[in-house]
Amino acid sequence: MSSLFFFLSFVALFSALGVVLAKNPVHSVLFLILTFFTISGHYLLLNAQFLAAVNIIVYAGAIMVLFLFVIMFLNLNADTEPHKSALSKIAAAIAGGSLLLILVAALRDIQPGGVDASTFDSQIGMVDRLGMVLYKQYMLPFELVSVLFIVAMVGAMMLGKRETGERNF
Amino acid sequence: MELPALGWQALVILVVFGVSLLIATYSTYAERVIAAFLQDRVGPDRAGPFGLLQPLADAVKLFTKEEFFPAGSNRALFVFGPCLAMVTALMASAVIPFGNYLQFGSTIIWLQGIEVNIGMLYVFGVVSLGVYGIMIGGWASNNKFSLLGAIRAASQNISYELAMGLSLIAVLMISETLSLREITLQQSVPGEWQFWNIVKQPLGFIIFIVCAFAETNRTPFDLPECETELVGGYHTEYSSMKMGLYLFAEYINVFVASAVMSVLYFGGFNFPFQYELRAFLAESQGMVTAHNIVTGLGVVAIFVKIFSFIFFFMWVRWTLPRFRYDQLMRLGWTILIPLAIFNILLTGG
Repeated sequence: MSSLFFFLSFVALFSALGVVLAKNPVHSVLFLILTFFTISGHYLLLNAQFLAAVNIIVYAGAIMVLFLFVIMFLNLNADTEPHKSALSKIAAAIAGGSLLLILVAALRDIQPGGVDASTFDSQIGMVDRLGMVLYKQYMLPFELVSVLFIVAMVGAMMLGKRETGERNF
Repeated sequence: MELPALGWQALVILVVFGVSLLIATYSTYAERVIAAFLQDRVGPDRAGPFGLLQPLADAVKLFTKEEFFPAGSNRALFVFGPCLAMVTALMASAVIPFGNYLQFGSTIIWLQGIEVNIGMLYVFGVVSLGVYGIMIGGWASNNKFSLLGAIRAASQNISYELAMGLSLIAVLMISETLSLREITLQQSVPGEWQFWNIVKQPLGFIIFIVCAFAETNRTPFDLPECETELVGGYHTEYSSMKMGLYLFAEYINVFVASAVMSVLYFGGFNFPFQYELRAFLAESQGMVTAHNIVTGLGVVAIFVKIFSFIFFFMWVRWTLPRFRYDQLMRLGWTILIPLAIFNILLTGG
């Protein structure tokens, strides 16, 4: 099991680096899809089947298709590549560095404890158990998130809607 | 002959894999025979008796053709595209229950690749990945027609996935499980009248089958390869066996879609009066043998259902003309999705 974990982690890190370092944006997207797969593998190791499947369906299956869709429309040549100013590079480095600092600080004190096999509930992370928790314990936040989604959807439709008098093509 | 449980399961997976490939191979032959029948032609009858060796001849032809790489194409992704299409097409059949279990002494063999309690989500996830092969292949070809085909495939797939997912939710609401095996078993309970899901979900089934046509890129929704507008669509630049893999992947997708429809709506491996038959056989043969015989007949039953659906796919292909692209989008977004939401309300009410 732990060798599987190390393999998945290695592939996850490798493909995540590939996303950032690949010259071609289409390669970046493909590396990102691979990263999502390895993360789903980690979810499976954590006994969260539903989360793993939904991660694949939503991220790899829908969002990444749209990413690829948009990137295919762009005219991607070396000379059209935008040049970033030194200021934005420095700002990005500082933002990324502070995020790393926060993550390291937060995870530093964690005791890596295993689970007790005799008391471990094998059904944890299964879809019916997750539904029970979401709809009983976290009913209100769950519904609020749904409302937020609907607002976002309506907003997107308003933005994308044709104004009266605008040409169709 | 003492294989551990895992060994038997590996064998089942291997058989499912082989059967998928075999069915895809002969789907190409069946498609041509059915096309010929519907158009009152003779069809393939040269290679072997009734032209049965035609798929073999096609394979030899595809393998011996020149392997062509278009100028300016992305070579790695150009090869990767058809491979991905094939892999994602083959993955889905892993969770489909092709039969109940067989029992030999103490060994129990489940006639299903793997039983997961999120089977329906797994199939849905794999189906949603199927479009990558087409997109990557179309983009890597460095051809405008291929790119247009790829883009059409992507937007069509995303649009129809929504309606498909919503029609699956209605099935989920009546079955209360995501496991395909349990959904199958629920559709036939010994000793009581239990109807297949098609009786409870007629509207959902119609939505699902229309979406299945769109997801597998079959006529009337084969806009990604629409040859009257786009030469050959996403596979314009492909030749040799890479082209063959795309065609193969399409037939495997048709097979998987048919299998999923049989399981979700038509009772899977159940057939009428199976428990009565088992009870009758158990008197003379004993319970275990009777169960094995009924399981075997169940496998026959699900394949009869699958072949009927494959025939339906081909029948539609050679009957209906292709939709226009805006018609396709309008059907998906303004008719199927509201209808699917209405179906959920109807199921819940």
